[in-house]
Amino acid sequence: MRKQTLKGLAVGLVAVVGLAACGSSDSSSDTTVAAGAAGLACEVTDIGGVDDKGFNQNAYDGLKLAEAELGVSIDLLESASDADYQPNLQSFVDKGCNVIVTVGFLLADATKAAAEANPTVQFAIVDSNTSAPNVQGLTFATDQPSFLAGYMAAATTKTGIVGTFGGINIPPVAIFMQGFAKGVEYYNAQKGTSVKVLGWDIAKQDGTFSGDFSDQTKGTSIAKSMADEGADIIFPVAGPVGLGASQFAMDSAGAVKIIGVDVDMTISNPTQAEVYVASVLKKIDAAVLQAVKDALAGTGGGTDYLGTLENGGVGVAITSTVTPELQAELDAVTAGIIDGSIVTK
Amino acid sequence: MKNLFNKFGERLNRVSSMKLTLLAVLSALIVGAFIIIVSDVDNLRDGDVLGAVSTVGSAYWALVVGSFGSLRAISNTINSSTPLILCGVSVAIAFKAGLFNIGATGQMLAGGMTSLWVGFAMDGPGYVQVPLAILAGAIGGAVFGAIPGILKARTGAHEVITTIMLNNMAAFFILWLLKTDLFQREDRTDPISKLVSAEGRLPRLFGFMDGRADLIAHVGFIVALGAVLAYWWFLKKTTTGFEFRAYGLNADAATYAGMHVKRLTVLSMMFAGGFAGLAGAAEVLGTYGYASTNFAGNIGFDAIAIALLGQSSPLGTFFAAILFGALQAGGRQMQTNSDVPIDLIIVLRALIVMFIAAPLLVKTIWRTKNATIAAGQTFRGWGS
Repeated sequence: MRKQTLKGLAVGLVAVVGLAACGSSDSSSDTTVAAGAAGLACEVTDIGGVDDKGFNQNAYDGLKLAEAELGVSIDLLESASDADYQPNLQSFVDKGCNVIVTVGFLLADATKAAAEANPTVQFAIVDSNTSAPNVQGLTFATDQPSFLAGYMAAATTKTGIVGTFGGINIPPVAIFMQGFAKGVEYYNAQKGTSVKVLGWDIAKQDGTFSGDFSDQTKGTSIAKSMADEGADIIFPVAGPVGLGASQFAMDSAGAVKIIGVDVDMTISNPTQAEVYVASVLKKIDAAVLQAVKDALAGTGGGTDYLGTLENGGVGVAITSTVTPELQAELDAVTAGIIDGSIVTK
Repeated sequence: MKNLFNKFGERLNRVSSMKLTLLAVLSALIVGAFIIIVSDVDNLRDGDVLGAVSTVGSAYWALVVGSFGSLRAISNTINSSTPLILCGVSVAIAFKAGLFNIGATGQMLAGGMTSLWVGFAMDGPGYVQVPLAILAGAIGGAVFGAIPGILKARTGAHEVITTIMLNNMAAFFILWLLKTDLFQREDRTDPISKLVSAEGRLPRLFGFMDGRADLIAHVGFIVALGAVLAYWWFLKKTTTGFEFRAYGLNADAATYAGMHVKRLTVLSMMFAGGFAGLAGAAEVLGTYGYASTNFAGNIGFDAIAIALLGQSSPLGTFFAAILFGALQAGGRQMQTNSDVPIDLIIVLRALIVMFIAAPLLVKTIWRTKNATIAAGQTFRGWGS
């Protein structure tokens, strides 16, 4: 083993400096790894990487749940650019994955192509709809918990102004902001108040966006400008950019609070837990676990999973103290959303 | 071992700039090995140093296998290298004229979108549509690249600032474009473009091999080879190419010699934009067949490192791009075979650039005797 290692190291050094000859034959590098008894479940991330404290990570948590609960083996490939999607999917097909989970609509085209080329492999894609008989779309009615968060923000703001901003104006982001603004609007209608929402215009379906999902300094500057305009509760829907807003809230020493997104941020970002009054939960992990179960049972393809307040696929984690009255109101609103009497979109 | 390295060094003494490059890459790999060992927490916790060392071996071995170890690996390397070569030439040609083109990303986006439009608006025949779409990419990139050139020639605005700003403008413009009815795919709500028609796709290099849909390299690579050749020919054989070099080496002397430096500024940025536009065309028409908001990725920035590594020479830039492409393709394999994350590739690239930028450091580490190791490519500073 050791000898082989040194050889590998030496050859590696030489080859990467550009001196190695090309491989002489097409000795395919594919390795079929013995899967666990129950199967092999794999995930390809989008360019955010698995440590994004967002949906890539959350989907991987789902695979870990599947590993613990179902005894499947799990594997992961991260994508550094759009060009990695196709080769990564190919690697996993070669590796013999029973189910391949892809994360995000950026992978929609690559997933569709891989699914059509490999009809015996099951695929599940987060945040996108089914595109082939062996693809299960995992989608979430995140407007519902965002509506609750908006209602709660409107009820607890001291300045009468709340804010939200997104990463890029795309449906899986905008749906949060729309729900949030609708929740505030509903509170105003119920209570006769006039709480203002910065960063999202329901009529125009447009608002404040940082332009990407990675630059935290933009999150800080957007949060600062919203605070300057008087907002005291801000709901960032921009992945890691939102961490910049959390940092600003930390520095504001309690003047500004943040509503977390996707996961309970008091857990995922514990060093800044005090700034989060609540988190809107998009339980991708639960959906991925279900998708793995469905795929192994052969029932997953061709349909979409929709996480709702009713089936627990989405929710709100309240991480600050709310009055019993407000809690009762939130429960009533939840019931209203579930029975359809309150429109959240 | 030391003797071996000395001999290795002596042999390389003959070509000092190449020696610097190779030593920089070697140094980066050695530092990378330490990083892998230190980050191999599982083995270190068990005190299994040998296990950690073996992780390094399997990771670097996977880099080789994943980049050159099979036909698919070679195809992946070619595919990753194609836009890097074109953008590398883009940055290199600007370097030659003493300009720092950080805007390859924006120019690539611009060229990608113009070629995309030809790609989906037409429906064959391929032998007309493909060249037309590639040409559209070059023109789109050239027009977008000319903007910072004109700004510099007319107003003296520094191209570093303007190209960075134009990158952002291109990115947001494309985000908007991809949500217009003209570009957005009919059945989609996210910003993704219509598909390039089947006739408009760049043919695959290994298309003659049946049933090998996994070989994704496309003829964009031929375009890239042509670009390298054209760049070489332009620099060595044309008057304007000579003027570029003169302007890059000493702007005052070039002016004194009667060269039109304003024209050279605009031209060099235009050419740079054209090459980057070709990279956009290759990605959109070849690799993806559609455009998303981030089809340019980090290629425009990697290209700066590539041009530095290749000292802006045509051949040097080409091989530097192949190296970076191989790292990218091998990186995927490394991730598959070992638990070393793909981020290591980014670290390796950064280390290579760092060692290139610090020739004295490399000289000291490797105790090379010759004093002629040149610094990397330079560009004029602020206010010039």
